[in-house]
Amino acid sequence: MQAMQQVHLKLKVNGEEAEVSFAPYKTLLEVLREDMFLTGTKHGCELGECGACAVLVDGQPLLACLELAVECEGRAIETVEGLATGSELHPLQAAFADLGGAQCGYCTPGILMTAKALLEKEPDPSRERIREAVSGNLCRCTGYQQIYESIEEGARRMREEA
Amino acid sequence: MNAPDKLKPRTRFDTVGKPRRRVDGRAKVTGLTRFADDIVLPRMVHCKLLRSPHPHAVIESIDCSKAKTFPGVHLVLTGKDFPVSFGILPVTQDEYALANERVRYVGDPVAAVIAKDEQSADAALGLIEVKYRLLNTVASAEEALANPEPRIHDYGEQGNIHRLQAFEFGDVEEALKGSDHVFEDLFFFEGNTHLPLEQHASVAAPDGEGKLTLWSSTQVPHYIHRALSRALRIPAAHIRVIACPNGGGFGGKCDLHNHEIVVSRASMILGRPVKVCLTREEVFYMHRGRHPVLMKMRTGVTRDGKLTGMHLQTLLDGGGYGSYGVASTFYTGALQTVTYELPRYKFDACRTFTNKPPCGPKRGHGTPQPRFGQEVQLDKIAEKLGFDPAEMRLNMAAKPDSLTANWLKIGSIGLEECIRQVVDHSDWKKKRAQLPPGRGLGIACGSYLCGAGLPIYWNKMPQSGVQILADRSGQVTVFCGATEIGQGSDDMLAAFVAEVLGIDAFDVRLVTGDTGLTPVDLGSYSSRVTVMMGHAAIQAAERLREMIADAAAMELEVSPERLVMAQGRVFLAEDPSKGMTFAEAVVFAETKYGTLGTVGSYSPPRGPGRFKGAGVGPSPAYSYTAVVVEAEVDQNTGWIHVPRIWVAHDIGRAVNPVLARGQVEGSIYMGLGEALMEEQIFRRLPPKMSHALVHKFPSMLEYKSLTSLDMPEVFTYLVEDPDPNCPFGAKEVGQGPLLPVMPAVANAVYDAVGVRIDEVPITPDKVLRALERKAKGETPRVGPDHFPSVPYPTPIYVKTPWEGGDGNETKSVDRKHGVAA
Repeated sequence: MQAMQQVHLKLKVNGEEAEVSFAPYKTLLEVLREDMFLTGTKHGCELGECGACAVLVDGQPLLACLELAVECEGRAIETVEGLATGSELHPLQAAFADLGGAQCGYCTPGILMTAKALLEKEPDPSRERIREAVSGNLCRCTGYQQIYESIEEGARRMREEA
Repeated sequence: MNAPDKLKPRTRFDTVGKPRRRVDGRAKVTGLTRFADDIVLPRMVHCKLLRSPHPHAVIESIDCSKAKTFPGVHLVLTGKDFPVSFGILPVTQDEYALANERVRYVGDPVAAVIAKDEQSADAALGLIEVKYRLLNTVASAEEALANPEPRIHDYGEQGNIHRLQAFEFGDVEEALKGSDHVFEDLFFFEGNTHLPLEQHASVAAPDGEGKLTLWSSTQVPHYIHRALSRALRIPAAHIRVIACPNGGGFGGKCDLHNHEIVVSRASMILGRPVKVCLTREEVFYMHRGRHPVLMKMRTGVTRDGKLTGMHLQTLLDGGGYGSYGVASTFYTGALQTVTYELPRYKFDACRTFTNKPPCGPKRGHGTPQPRFGQEVQLDKIAEKLGFDPAEMRLNMAAKPDSLTANWLKIGSIGLEECIRQVVDHSDWKKKRAQLPPGRGLGIACGSYLCGAGLPIYWNKMPQSGVQILADRSGQVTVFCGATEIGQGSDDMLAAFVAEVLGIDAFDVRLVTGDTGLTPVDLGSYSSRVTVMMGHAAIQAAERLREMIADAAAMELEVSPERLVMAQGRVFLAEDPSKGMTFAEAVVFAETKYGTLGTVGSYSPPRGPGRFKGAGVGPSPAYSYTAVVVEAEVDQNTGWIHVPRIWVAHDIGRAVNPVLARGQVEGSIYMGLGEALMEEQIFRRLPPKMSHALVHKFPSMLEYKSLTSLDMPEVFTYLVEDPDPNCPFGAKEVGQGPLLPVMPAVANAVYDAVGVRIDEVPITPDKVLRALERKAKGETPRVGPDHFPSVPYPTPIYVKTPWEGGDGNETKSVDRKHGVAA
């Protein structure tokens, strides 16, 4: 196998532009975790089945394991590391921590990003909308109910802040 | 006995019982929780395993020459590099890190490549040439019985029978003869897997002294430490195992896994860090999940609905290796006596080897299968006798502070209250058998251990140890081998210490799951952490509290008994203004006593049974659960929709109610997945394609589990009646609530459409088949139709506590009179 020429490009992650070199076949998930050391984004299958690697690209939830990193140049990428403002948790993060939305915490980053995208479009979603929105994110710990409650509480806190 | 005697009765708590943000909550929502695959070390290289494509074969040769010279490859290992067998139980040392001459399931690892990156390692795997000589394969427990040759292992009972066990507590045949009715049923519980969201990962690295450190997704760092030392022939003192927080375990990360040994060896050979992360497909092969179990249950009842005796026979499909299977086999029988009064009990069990990934412990470990059988059978019994199934259960619930037929000591029991709660809240009395066709309610109950009474290797040492350091800064650091797998182990530890010392849980620093730093705790399995670690933590904290209170009392010139430690202060009970901060008190204590450190430990009380095999089943306490499931069944498609589930769990005391509810709902979720869809099943390829026995769908997409859209509304009720044998009265909550879900679904389906599915999972095709039978006037049932002949041994006969027994085996028995000669 011939060593593949690395690509060198700029990625904008959590509002910061970074120059990265990586093999062109690498997914956004691999580049985030392995080349940028943003290990907050998790993986559960690397086949687009579990939702653990969901990040936001231009505000849309997207499975980082299915997206080539070379296709993300010039797009705004958001990961769990960018959710908090300084040391202050995003209201969704605080609600998840307070209300049992995170048990093992492995699906949590993907669900937080998916929920953020939902709430930016719909600040006061119904339970049914929340269930639909996170239906691509598997969680094996919670039974989802405390996740819904965390998202609802996060939404409430966001509306209060707005 | 340890800590319980020393616990002072307390009426109010500052931390225990309050809904709180878990101490590790912030890390989990910021992405800072460091799972094993998140570890990146300088000079780290990557490992991939070559796995057998054949379910049963002899390895005739392995040629690694091309792989070794592939660019970027550092090392290639095969079975020759791992001459020592291993296994998590001392009695089943039947695995090799890389197969030495035989492979026993598709996925059994045969070689490893360590390379500069995963891609290079993966490419090099493809260059390894393995010549296999194929052997006949065994696909099921029944096939294992019918085909003693070729033997999958050269140890075990006979042929492909791994393990036989038989126990009889009182003369069961006599009890059945004297019963008004005897019910005989066959049930089958298909195997399923844990499916933790985190794929197993491990990083091994030599430290500056040349000793080995292994970071791993494991629930049991202490057991891994021991087993790894043996497998690698490295002194345990030169190995440090660090359990990273697990991204879900559910029992799947309790074995020493092949990849953990391989990366450890590789890192010691290469002198640099080696990482492995299994693919999702490999996680399915690693398995160690729920055993498929065929059951035959003969149960005697009186006409007023009391059990007289039960004869349970189980046949387990163990897969290719031992794993925890010997324990799993015991557990298919051991806890069957704990939920309801059962005067006599007989239990035969058989575990077989098959050419499939090894089965082991999954949430409920061996007990959900017979619980399914009994709870469905009770539904049939209630119907036949004309009782309300909930009322009948209330009438037969086990009694507090009693012994069971098989000599288990039960303490507190909240079962009756649990049944009343779910009956009330679900409107059971108005709805059961009265909903429109296609809709129904089903009830089931269960009970579970609060920690296995014995460790997996024989010793009399504590099962949990806690060490606490405090210093003049006021900081408190707690060390314990307990392992955070998402269930809240760390939060329990902090909560117990904080409660005793009167400080905030967030002010406690934790060091956990690290065999190099922390006192031994046996790990996160058998729902043992809250009770066992809790006792040890409270003992250590009370010893520290005593020192701090002594020193503060001297300073305040009062007796220490008059002091209260709460809210970060040490003060006089009658005059809270007289006192000092906790940190100031620690300064006085360090001044008086020198460097401050205390330890605590816990060993559970020995069970009263004295017969061989009595070690499986005893526990410091048992939790109880009742569940009502509402089901809607589409009679045209067989589709089952579960809109609502009510669950009441006897938790003793909820230490952190947020987490407790999460454990209950998570159990309901996992149980419903098992009830409706989850199955680890296999198929044979066509003979021209090797006839191999392959996993039907080793992927998350095809192995169906519940998504948010499938999850019903769950109404959770925590029944709190503090158990005197438990820390602050707290029992387990992580496993027990799963047990009643599967049978409650089956019973709800019956209430809805009048068909019995005596098999898990309960899928639409089975419901349709049963409905067709019903339409034709045949028995409206789908389930196993026969139980094969199993050479169960003569049982170990033990007289029950109420028939003059002393807990020992009785060698010769006069069966006619049911008494020992």
